[in-house]
Amino acid sequence: MKGLDELIADAAVFAGLDTRWLELIASCARNEHVSAGEYLFYEGQPADRFFLIRRGRATLEVHAPGLGPKVIETFEEGEVVGWSWLFKPYRWQFDARANSPTSVVAFDAACLRGKCEADHELGYQLMQRFASAMLERLQATRLQLLDVYGHDRISV
Amino acid sequence: MAMIGSVSEARLDGPGPMVPEPFGVVAKHQDTVDTWTLTLEARSGDPLEFAPGQFTMLSAGGAGEVPISISGDPGRPELLVHTVRAVGLATRAICDAEPGRVLGVRGPFGTPWPVDEIEGEDVIVAAGGIGLAPLRPVLLELLARLDRLGRIVLLYGGRSPDQLLYPDELAELAARGLEVLITVDSAGPEWLGHVGVVTQLVGRAAFDPTRVIAMACGPEVMMRFTVAALANRGVPIDRIYASMERNMQCGIGHCGHCQLGPTLVCRDGPVYRWSELQPWLAIREL
Amino acid sequence: MNGSHVIERSDFDALLGALLRRGYTIVGPTVRDRAIVYDEIESSAELPVGWTDEQDAGHYRLRRRDDRALFGYAVGPHSWKQYQLPAEVKLWQARVDEHGALSEVTEPSRQSPRYAFLGARSCELHALGILDRVLLGGAHPDPADRARTDDVFVIAVQCGEAGGTCFCVSMNTGPVAERGFDLALTEVLDGERHQFVVEVGSEQGAEVLSEVPHAAAADSDREAAAAVHARTASQMGRELDGSGIKELLYRNYDNARWDEVAERCLTCGNCTMVCPTCFCTSVEDVTDLQGEHVERHQRWDSCFTIDYSGIHGGAVRASPKARYRQWMTHKLATWHDQFGSSGCVGCGRCITWCPVGIDLTEEARAIRDSEGDRDEGA
Repeated sequence: MKGLDELIADAAVFAGLDTRWLELIASCARNEHVSAGEYLFYEGQPADRFFLIRRGRATLEVHAPGLGPKVIETFEEGEVVGWSWLFKPYRWQFDARANSPTSVVAFDAACLRGKCEADHELGYQLMQRFASAMLERLQATRLQLLDVYGHDRISV
Repeated sequence: MAMIGSVSEARLDGPGPMVPEPFGVVAKHQDTVDTWTLTLEARSGDPLEFAPGQFTMLSAGGAGEVPISISGDPGRPELLVHTVRAVGLATRAICDAEPGRVLGVRGPFGTPWPVDEIEGEDVIVAAGGIGLAPLRPVLLELLARLDRLGRIVLLYGGRSPDQLLYPDELAELAARGLEVLITVDSAGPEWLGHVGVVTQLVGRAAFDPTRVIAMACGPEVMMRFTVAALANRGVPIDRIYASMERNMQCGIGHCGHCQLGPTLVCRDGPVYRWSELQPWLAIREL
Repeated sequence: MNGSHVIERSDFDALLGALLRRGYTIVGPTVRDRAIVYDEIESSAELPVGWTDEQDAGHYRLRRRDDRALFGYAVGPHSWKQYQLPAEVKLWQARVDEHGALSEVTEPSRQSPRYAFLGARSCELHALGILDRVLLGGAHPDPADRARTDDVFVIAVQCGEAGGTCFCVSMNTGPVAERGFDLALTEVLDGERHQFVVEVGSEQGAEVLSEVPHAAAADSDREAAAAVHARTASQMGRELDGSGIKELLYRNYDNARWDEVAERCLTCGNCTMVCPTCFCTSVEDVTDLQGEHVERHQRWDSCFTIDYSGIHGGAVRASPKARYRQWMTHKLATWHDQFGSSGCVGCGRCITWCPVGIDLTEEARAIRDSEGDRDEGA
């Protein structure tokens, strides 16, 4: 039975962090289970928690009248959902939902922000890692934006 | 009078290579809103032997001719299978053909996938959109020799769930032990799978980058990024192959249209080793 | 020079007569629309007797000579390509039934007139060979292409003077034709003397010659012919340094020179039409209104057209820069990898017939020199 700090260390975004940071981060976290279809957060809500997917899958969605929910991207095991907790105004821009029974580690944003303020080294480490994860997401999003399959042709 | 340096050994009899063979449509299946899979049989009854990755020049009675990859089972060449997306005059005419109609076929042409080279290695098949169609014969041939291969991974990206090809076969591949990872650019909530791009799937697949052959087909942008992701995971680029596309008018190396740098796609491709292709793809508007 | 015989000018038409009697259709140079073009002729009177051409970048004029030479000019806008790969070819025709099935598929007769090419220059013989290799040297030769020039009788003419845009010496394609002909003639015009020193290149050539009054060539005749060849070789209007040119161009796809030439190039495609080795074609299906009858046609195309490289909604080479670069790198570089030789024979037509006078020898030189500048600046 792994401790929270060990579970957190499995996530790509926290990989390689020193044990003392992991323990600090774990002190703001707890295990939770989310049923299929349950929302992790809604657009517009305060971004007071974010989530590491341990098992299952979460979607990032937008809801438009007449169109219903549109899934923009998904987050898999080992990935972290939610970045708006890091930056003012600390408010979610999208909906996030589990589309299968999902186990998560939920982090208290205010708690973690406080720890980063108190220890800038921790803050720098987290910023670096989250920036890297966001860059990867940005690259993927750019590719999605290109809609490459929209114009391809039959052929060799 | 023999010309200087001429190689005139063409036989003077027989129909020329620009004359199509008649093939009858025996089955038709709609895959997506604009894509159909046609199963054809030669009127002569002869099988069309082909290697995975090759294509034919396909036409429907006078509406023009287009290069279409063969999507059938190389082990069953008596059935010629083509998955076609209706985007222009020629392809619309082909997609309109119902069972009983006769289409014109020339081929097969082109350099195939290196399936024969694979012995005991892992295999990655990376497909984007309709790019799965030229890779289907590879998957079928791999299934026939599972015992001589390592792990087989299929990475498949599409625009949306209703644009995915061969969904039943994908499920069957997974059941036969292939790792099948699928993603779409966007989806509605009923889609429970991954939403994103194929490059993200590369990171999640299980394979040994030192003992793998990768074959990619899809829009050029998708292939470039997917290959970059594979290379990032340590796959040498001379073990990665891609199927390229250029304008083709003849399919037999005469019309000049399909030039890609020092090669003709109809003859030296469509399948290329990425290490040979890469320097040329870096040139804008080559 | 292996000239074996001499024919007097006064007996030249006997040579044409011998060909006509054997059923050949003679195609040779003739003046039309103020240019020297290739057309069917039957007598020497139809040749450009006493004419010469003045050629430079974007410039072509005919001028009167002060003698009555039959072949005193270089090449004009036509090449023998139009017989090897005609501008429009019907590949086949067929009936289409209600199921879309083709029936009564007929390819046009592969019988073409038995041509005799009169006046083919060395560069042109090389071009015929190069084009032959493209059309027939691959995995899918078309018998129709083979039939077109299977039986051609070639009377080569060794150039008596080089044109203003010629550079066959640079390309090792002339000025002296050494093979690829049935007969080769060197016109020797010297005061009273007007003769043709003849070299026999084949058995058919020997047979035809036997029907024409001729004499054995003396050493002095051979020397006179050799002098003509040497004079021509020294007069080349242009030069192209071909050493390592494939690698040179492969290194320079990003050279700023391409942007420079693109500002002048109109992408009119003249160069591709007059070039004796440009072979690109497009294929089109044509039906009648009822859709009962279909024909497939093949037409000359040009890599300069905007949709030449079109794939799913866009052209790969949309900019004029990319299209000019494609043409020149294909001709001088990638042709080597595609077909095992250069695509250029140094005939200079592309330089002469470019409306803005773009000169590929100058472009190649500029690119080569820019590397020298780069190295010096380093």
